[in-house]
Amino acid sequence: MSPRLADLTIKKTRPGRVAYLNARLLDPETGLDTRGGLLTEGEFIFDLGPHVSGEDLAEDYTIIDAQGLCLAPGLVDMRAHLREPGYEHKETIHTGSRSAAAGGITTIACMPSTNPTIDDVSLVHFIERRARETSLVKVHPIAAVTKERKGEQLTELGLLSDAGAVAFSDGLNPIANANVLRRALSYGTIFDVLLIQHPEDMALSGSGVMNSSELSTRLGLLGIPSESEALMAARDIRIAEMVGGRLHIAHVTTAETIELVRRAKVRGLKITCDTAPQYFALNENAVGDYLTFAKVRPPLRCESDRQAVVAGLKDGTIDAVVSDHAPHDQDSKRQPFIQAAFGIVGLETMLPLLLEMVHNSHISLLEALATVTCRPADLLKLKAGRLQKGFPADLVLFDPDVAWRVDRKAFMSKSKNSPFDERPVMGRALRTVVSGRTVMAFTDED
Amino acid sequence: MTAVPDKHYFPHRHLLGIEELSAPDILHLLDLADSYVALNRRAEKKQDTLRGRTQINMFFESSTRTRTSFELAGKRLGADVINMTPTTSAIKKGETLIDTAATLNAMHPDVLVVRHPDSGAVKLLANAVNAAVINAGDGSHEHPTQALLDALTIRRRLGTLSGLTVAICGDIAHSRVARSNILLFNTLGVRVRLVAPPTLLPTAVERYGVEVHHDMREGLKDVDIVMMLRLQLERMQGSFVPSEREYFHYYGLDYDKLAVAKPDALIMHPGPMNRGVEIDSEVADDINRSVILDQVEMGVAVRQACLEVLAHNLDQSDHNQ
Repeated sequence: MSPRLADLTIKKTRPGRVAYLNARLLDPETGLDTRGGLLTEGEFIFDLGPHVSGEDLAEDYTIIDAQGLCLAPGLVDMRAHLREPGYEHKETIHTGSRSAAAGGITTIACMPSTNPTIDDVSLVHFIERRARETSLVKVHPIAAVTKERKGEQLTELGLLSDAGAVAFSDGLNPIANANVLRRALSYGTIFDVLLIQHPEDMALSGSGVMNSSELSTRLGLLGIPSESEALMAARDIRIAEMVGGRLHIAHVTTAETIELVRRAKVRGLKITCDTAPQYFALNENAVGDYLTFAKVRPPLRCESDRQAVVAGLKDGTIDAVVSDHAPHDQDSKRQPFIQAAFGIVGLETMLPLLLEMVHNSHISLLEALATVTCRPADLLKLKAGRLQKGFPADLVLFDPDVAWRVDRKAFMSKSKNSPFDERPVMGRALRTVVSGRTVMAFTDED
Repeated sequence: MTAVPDKHYFPHRHLLGIEELSAPDILHLLDLADSYVALNRRAEKKQDTLRGRTQINMFFESSTRTRTSFELAGKRLGADVINMTPTTSAIKKGETLIDTAATLNAMHPDVLVVRHPDSGAVKLLANAVNAAVINAGDGSHEHPTQALLDALTIRRRLGTLSGLTVAICGDIAHSRVARSNILLFNTLGVRVRLVAPPTLLPTAVERYGVEVHHDMREGLKDVDIVMMLRLQLERMQGSFVPSEREYFHYYGLDYDKLAVAKPDALIMHPGPMNRGVEIDSEVADDINRSVILDQVEMGVAVRQACLEVLAHNLDQSDHNQ
């Protein structure tokens, strides 16, 4: 079995009318979990529910028998690095979108870790045009908070928002100057922008390459202390408390950071956060024998921190799960550990790793899906992530129980840097639908 | 309002800010200034109210219109007017403000008109001299004669002040004009709205009894007066607002945004204007709406009124210190 992807000509076809019958319909927002059917007309969901069956259907419907499998809103990945423009040897919007489609993701918010960075309206338009022309899934740009992501001068938050930037972030260059962050958050309140900050005191982290621990000492690698994450998060939360604004803390990985967010939410602040699968599926031991595929920023933490991430997902402190897809070419990773690039590809492993949490009974299926559908859609203010009438027909049909092994060589992404290679997992996207058109379907051939 | 006892009623030795003025104080100054407007339009403008008096304009911060306005006001009242600027004074040589004040004081000036880049500096100087001091702008604190001339401009155009609604737009945080105007409008019963991005609003400004708006179209809705403030170029370029382009898009006054104000709403600007940054050229030059040049004219009259009442309060006998 292998995924078959549509080619780009599909975007020129009219979506028509499709009936997905005999499905387990899942809508995380309303808690819908029922057997039934779903009809799409054009690019939108027309009807759904137990009453939708094969009977009384007009003849022009294309019928897809879901065979009792799960039909959920297409996944919304609120943070992936698509590398275009500037690093097309690692990934492009096109190859990234194929990888997303293979993983059941229908919407990506892409990071401005590009060259040039996305700090001008014309560059937002560039991403949107490339997405229109080359992407199988929906792509929305995240723009930089400061010019050239230098942490000094604000970008045109208003004009960039109006042009289509769904959030703002300086990526892995967190804004170090507290006054710049204060002005960004304060100014951003006019347009109600989401400011995504990577929580790390870079000075404290120094040239660390993995979690600071007994293991880093044994391997002789410089460590990144977990405190550098908590310190920055604590400062950022206090600044957001002072001036208002929507602060979103990217990939939380430590017990202390998660506790800070938990307490901020209790105080009624508009603080949100996310994490990525590697932070609940792996701990620092994955670095093992200098495995550069496990080199990632923030680093994989100790087991108690990993458990805190699981707990944070369980109690809702962590709002969203993102792929944090960070593709790197072979040469960037086939290096001594210290010199290798930080990053893990994640678009094709996000769903199965999230389903692991469900199979291990940490969270329910609907709770898990909420972190990758309606919640990130709300943070980005996108009309997405719902299995409801009138919403876009962005869907994923998946088998939650099928067992398979991750095979990095089979990834659709241009890059293969995954520490999950050969990991046995359960659950897989079998069909991905974007705006009413099937962009990925599994076939039994070969 | 209570009746004013006489033409020279003004119960203050200096004019340091609107904060210390009552409604009768302000109205009296406006009435007196009104009479000067007519005089200033005559060929013979010279009075002898301040004959024999010495007025020193000390501008520690560059200014063209305010200094010229004070100079004209003093000269038309018959005073001897001297202009001092930091480049020609001892300030550049490191003399402290208090020493400068003491030196000047020894020359027995009657009125000092002082502008200084530091908030509170004019008051510090006033405490060290015998002359009457007029604050011509101190830092981000107050610029009382600007607020008075704005009020006079509005009153002459619209006939009244109380009950009107004014929107003050732009860099409130660094503006002494905004502070003096807010105080004056509050005292005279004018409703004040502030329109600015939060980065250009001072802390706790909502406690000044004003409405705060970040959306200009909301802030200008049905206002009688739109008062634009100058955006200092150094405040842009990414520190307080991202760029001139973005600022003009959301906070620049153009006909589109002005359309929600009252149809005959007045447009004011303390000058100098940045055309294309905070105000569209077309709007600035609209002779039916823009009262920007009226403001300049009223400025001279208001300063004559201030000089007159303060000089009258000075000891009429010779200085013997």
